[in-house]
Parts: sequence; structure tokens; C-alpha cells
Amino acid sequence: MVEGLRAYRMIAGMWVRSGMTYRTSFVFTLFGNLVLTGMDFVGILLMFSQVDSLAGWSLPEVAFLYAASVTSFGLAHLAAGSMPQLGTRIRDGSFDVLLVRPVPVLAQVGGDRFSLRRLGRVVQGGAVLGWALVAADVDWTVAKVLLVPLMVVSGAAIFVALFVAGAAFQIYAQDAAEVQNAFTYGGTTMLQYPPAVFGKELVRGVTFVLPLAFVNWVPAAHVLGRPYPLELPGWAAFASPLVAAACCALAGLAWRTGLRSYRSVGS
Amino acid sequence: MGSARLYLAVAARGFRRYASYRAATAAGVFTNTVFGLILVYTYLALWDERPDLGGYDQAQAVTYVWLGQCLFAALAIQGGGVEAELMERIRTGEIAVDLYRPADLQLWWLAGDLGRAAFQLLGRGVLPFLVGGLFFPTALPTRFDTWVWFAVALTLAALVSFGIRHLLALSVFWLLDGTGVSQLMMILGVFFSGMVLPLNVFPGGFGEVARALPWAAQLQVPADVLMGETAVAGALAFQAMWAVLLLAAGRLLQAAATRRVVVQGG
Repeated sequence: MVEGLRAYRMIAGMWVRSGMTYRTSFVFTLFGNLVLTGMDFVGILLMFSQVDSLAGWSLPEVAFLYAASVTSFGLAHLAAGSMPQLGTRIRDGSFDVLLVRPVPVLAQVGGDRFSLRRLGRVVQGGAVLGWALVAADVDWTVAKVLLVPLMVVSGAAIFVALFVAGAAFQIYAQDAAEVQNAFTYGGTTMLQYPPAVFGKELVRGVTFVLPLAFVNWVPAAHVLGRPYPLELPGWAAFASPLVAAACCALAGLAWRTGLRSYRSVGS
Repeated sequence: MGSARLYLAVAARGFRRYASYRAATAAGVFTNTVFGLILVYTYLALWDERPDLGGYDQAQAVTYVWLGQCLFAALAIQGGGVEAELMERIRTGEIAVDLYRPADLQLWWLAGDLGRAAFQLLGRGVLPFLVGGLFFPTALPTRFDTWVWFAVALTLAALVSFGIRHLLALSVFWLLDGTGVSQLMMILGVFFSGMVLPLNVFPGGFGEVARALPWAAQLQVPADVLMGETAVAGALAFQAMWAVLLLAAGRLLQAAATRRVVVQGG
């Protein structure tokens, strides 16, 4: 574990230096990342230029959901955002090179093509979060104040688990790598909108089966004092770290299983 | 005549090349369907609050969503068509090989991209559209000629789409790394094509500008032609104007690039 983190840091550092070679492009992409990920929020602002509320949620409340989802996803994407490209490495055979190095494979895959420009999303999400916290009408208590950072960190861990599970899936699926986008990018998009917008079945699915709801919906509903579409016990709002730990454990298991059954393309 | 056959062959290869990744296509269908579902629910909530928003009723808003998912890959709205390959070839210097082929560089890449677009429309776009039509109320035309005009609008949209991406890809001759440009293309493409929200809903002067930009020719105009929300002649003229402008600009830029720029990696 310690060795893995050290290796991850070294690989990430190498990619940061390499990314700085094309400096104009780096500045462009850092800024681009900020704007690109902010476009979803501009979309939400445009919606609210036409309506006062969405399924009963006001703009600051939706902004809170949006920011929590984007910040968590941004942190996960910073840490593990290259995992979706694992399929390319498997196809061209360069994945085999990672296997023979005396370094944990997951650290290599995670640190691969690490890029600081992904900070754009985190910065943008953090800024909206700051605004939403001030603008939303919240009855602040100590527990709620503590819940906000807990929610963001747990959410990031849930998304990292999703990236790792996606990487494991690619060992089997290879070309079908895009399926994971439906869960990662699709997940973060869905969580930007109030749960009440979606069908009950869908909400049930992302609460109990693929527990994305614990990234922000469930804790945010508690912070904002909004009813959650499903009956959940009171402690559920604080359960995100447990859910995240379980997700990471399952993802780790999936990764090990995938790695064991990996067969090279032989080129 | 002989050269027309050449470009047809290039287009056919483009089609077959993408057709050979079946698992990737199935994955794409799945992803587009999931995104369509998410968007449909948010649009339904939005149109619940404001019926008739942007001149659409709920069924039209739903149709718009599924059309967007249908065209997303075919028109490479966030990039990922042949321009990605063109940029990589410029970066590595392999473009030198393309330059001494006895074929027109722009037409060569255009033909390849149209072949790709045709496959992604049929292989990847149609299914999410059908799923959407099956499970949600949609507003599709019953008149045959509307569908014909829609097909013309799609063809023009494909030309505009290539025009935009070709121009941006050529900038790599000067920038050398295409990551930043690709990102710019993604931002502008997704937002100004109306993938986030129909351009009809954009308010005030900002909306006017957005509806006049070339990206409007990609999704908004074909959608309005399909749902009878616009005068067909004007809509097609708008698309044709942008297609001609962009392709001409691409030619000029390409000429400048190949005259002045030293190929990398020689």
C-alpha cells in the first residue's frame, strides 16, 4: 500500500513534468477544463433564467447538488482519470509492460497520464460550492457543517471505486470501455439534478444497487432539509463514508479478479 | 470521374473501419441511451415548470433529447471524428505521407469523416432514438417530405461539423499539440450545439448569437426541420452558408499551413 502510493506519486510527478513541455497547450487545457466542466452549470443557470425552481428545488439548492457532485467527481478524476484509457493499453499490448514492472499495477494505471489540468473541474466545483453554501437557506448545525466536507471526500472515494471497477471491467470488455462513461460521467450528471426529477425506480437503483445517491443526494437532502423521495433512516445521511469504504473494497476485489484473469493480446 | 470513385472508396473505408468495432458500438448505444434518459427526466421537470418553453411542448423537448443522443457521435459534437487522427498525424509528422498522395487533402479527410458519420448514425444513433420513441411521448412528423428535408439537413450538418473540426485540427500545424484545441472544440461543440439545453431556450441577445453560430447548424436546425418548427428553405440556406464558409476557410488555412510549416519528425 505504502509502496503503491510512493510509486503513484513518482509516476504522477513524471507526467506533470512531461505535460509542462507544451506550455501553451497546458494553459489552454487547464483553462479549458475549468470552462468545459463549468458549461453544465451555465446550462443550469440558463434553465433557472426561465424557471424559479426545478421539481421544487431553488437555484442555490440545485447549485449545491451540482457543486458537490462535480467536486467529488473532479477529485476522483484527478486521482484516477486515466483509468478509462486502460482499454487502449490492453489493445496495443503495452499493458503487459506494466505487469512486469516491480510496482503495483493499480498505481501505474492510476498515475498513467496524470494531469494537473484536471484541477480545473475541482476549482470550478469548489467555487460553486462556496457560493451555494452562502446562498442556500440552511439551518446550520455543527453536524451539518461537518457533513459537507465528509460528503465531498466520501463522494470522491465512491467515484474512484467506480473508476477502478471500470478499469477491471475493461480487462474483460476491452472495446466496450465506453460503457463505464454511462456510470461515471452519467452518474455525475444525474447527481447534479434533484432526485425528485427522476423516476422512483431510477432513484431506488442508485440508492440501493449502485449507491451513487450517497455521493451527494442523501447527505445534501439532509443538509438542505429537503425530503428524499425514498424512506431512509435518519443516520443514512451520515452513511456516505461507510458506503464509500464498501465500494472501494468491492472495486479492489473486482480489480484483483480482473487482473488475475487477464490474458495478453500477444502482440 | 475517377477521382469521385477515389473519394467514395475512402468514405466506404471510413464506414467499414468504424463498423468493425462492434463492442464499442454497442457500448456507445448504451451510453447514449443512459445520457438520454437523464436528460429526458430533467427536461420533463423543466417543461413541467414552464410548458411551451422555447416554443416546444413536452413531446418536442423529449424528441430533441433523443435526436441529440442520436447525432452526438455521428456529428462528433464533442470531437472524436477524423480530426483527432489528423491532429495526431500533424504532431507526429506522418502528415507528410498524406501530402504527397495524389488526392486532395481536404476531400480525402472529408470523405473519411462522412463515411464515419454515416456508420455512427446508423450503427450508434438510430437505436437510442428508437428506445426514446418507444418509452416516451415524441413528436415525429408523419409527412414523408419532412423526412426528406430532414435528411438534407443532416447531410449539411455533417458538412458543417467536418468544417469546424477540420479548421481547428489544422491549427495544430502551428500549435504542435492538439490537446488544448480538442478541449476547446469540445466546450464549444457541446454547449453551442445545444446538447446541454436547446438553443431556443437560451435567453435574449445571448440566444440570438448562439442561434447564429455554425454549431446551431448541427443539432438545433435539423431538430427544428424535423419537428416543423422552422421554415425549411431558410434553415437549409443557413446550414449551406456555414458549410461553404467553413470548407472554404479550411481550404485557405490548409494551403497556408502546407506552404509554410515545416513537417515535424523528418
